[in-house]
Amino acid sequence: MSEAATSVAIESVVRDSYGRLVAYLAARSGDVAGAEDALGDAFVAALKRWSVEGVPVKPEAWLLHVARNRMIDAARRKEVRQKSEMFLQQIAEEAQAVAKAHEYFPDERLKLLFVCAHPAIDPAARTPLMLQAVLGIDAARIASAFLVSPAAMSQRLVRAKNKIRDAAIPFCVPKPPEWEERVSFVLDAIYAAYTTGWESLTETASTHHALVTEAVTLGRVLTQLMPREPEALGLLALMLHCEARRQARHTNDGKFVPLDQQDTALWSHSMIEEAEKHLRAAAVFKDMGRYQLEAAIQSVHASRAKTGCIDWEEIALLYEGLVRIAPGIGSLVGRAVAIAQAHQPAAGFAALEQIPSDRTADYQPYWAARGHLLHLLNRKEEAGEAFGRAASLTDDPALREYLFQRSAEDTNRIA
Amino acid sequence: MKYALLVHQSQEHFERRNDAAAVAAGKAYGEALQAAGIFVGGAGLDSPQNATTVSVRDGKRQVHDGPYAETKEFLAGLGIIDVPNLDAALEWAARHPAAGFASIEVRPLLGSHFMVGTPKPPK
Repeated sequence: MSEAATSVAIESVVRDSYGRLVAYLAARSGDVAGAEDALGDAFVAALKRWSVEGVPVKPEAWLLHVARNRMIDAARRKEVRQKSEMFLQQIAEEAQAVAKAHEYFPDERLKLLFVCAHPAIDPAARTPLMLQAVLGIDAARIASAFLVSPAAMSQRLVRAKNKIRDAAIPFCVPKPPEWEERVSFVLDAIYAAYTTGWESLTETASTHHALVTEAVTLGRVLTQLMPREPEALGLLALMLHCEARRQARHTNDGKFVPLDQQDTALWSHSMIEEAEKHLRAAAVFKDMGRYQLEAAIQSVHASRAKTGCIDWEEIALLYEGLVRIAPGIGSLVGRAVAIAQAHQPAAGFAALEQIPSDRTADYQPYWAARGHLLHLLNRKEEAGEAFGRAASLTDDPALREYLFQRSAEDTNRIA
Repeated sequence: MKYALLVHQSQEHFERRNDAAAVAAGKAYGEALQAAGIFVGGAGLDSPQNATTVSVRDGKRQVHDGPYAETKEFLAGLGIIDVPNLDAALEWAARHPAAGFASIEVRPLLGSHFMVGTPKPPK
């Protein structure tokens, strides 16, 4: 087998099994960085051996075996405590069992996800940690999505992995009463991967960025690992609904198109259908949560493709539920817009005015919404000012141009 | 795995440490740690006003009155427990009677130079 064919085989294992391999090793040693290093060495060894001897029948078992040996070597070099030896002995025995057994090795990714989003881990490190440990994305790429230097991101990741190992954060799936909160940390970290780099107008219209595909992949993994968690289904549905509109968010010449004016023919109807399927599956559990509500709001927008209109009353109702569960600035702004759109611009504007000003000063969607509602109230001059302020708070050129355009229209600077 | 539970509290709460309720709660917590077989050691600390700080620089001993640094919240007690992992340590930290008003810092022990003893088996 050629080296090229071998690297294709390795790539496929990396794509399908990387997170499972890291999770399996780390869950037994408590050492994520050690597991990644050992696995990296195993991939190098595989490139040499497989190009001569061909890809083994069970490539994962082969890699686990080699990685395990590397971990033992590393442990000997560092003369780590007896406890580690015990873990390694266990891995050795299990690696043999995996090699012999017909079934796949155990999937420990859920434990790994809970470790990555553990409350003892710096919140800023949780999403990067998941992207790296579960999907194998390198620090430089994560850094560019998070707009920090590769060195700073590497340092953040190293620090988090050291803490997992040195403070002995356990690889386990939490039980009630912690369950609900811990699940929300995992969901939030995955959603953060999706929204990183987004500059969104009322959370729905936006440019896309580098990590959306990875976030959706993590969302899918999570629903496989927790098929009975409605919020995991809700999160996946939310991301799919937003992703479905990617093509419609900009015109061919790169101009921003607000959600309610998007050409629904450009939406991905297969993604919308998949989102709806997950949302229906979530509803069976009758346990409403933040992500299901947000997905439901997007679902109402999506139905414009069929009905040709937007049921703003329904959206306002869903936001009412959302602000009760998650009274974040985003949902407060969204609720005000929905009330205004549902034929009550004055009431919507009043809701907007109730949001404390210390939370709105640099929140772009607030100023865009304010401009829009003032426009509906025919207070053009003030609307123009608000759109101008919104424009100055975004770093997305297409959105900035759109907001300036609306500002100019209201202040009559251009026809 | 051994962890230190470091209790940081304000002067205001520190002054109430000898209240009957606080003493009873502290005693009960200590007994619970003993009964669980995880207690390695620990004690409350006297006021930072009674602290004296020592350092040696260029072979010369320097002694000064007061703690290493004056802070609003200060270390008022510490306990060392031996539990399987961080989640277990956090659980015991949350049960600390001071957790409701003070902050309990949970730190793994390095344990290489000063070996602290192993806990006695549960009664």
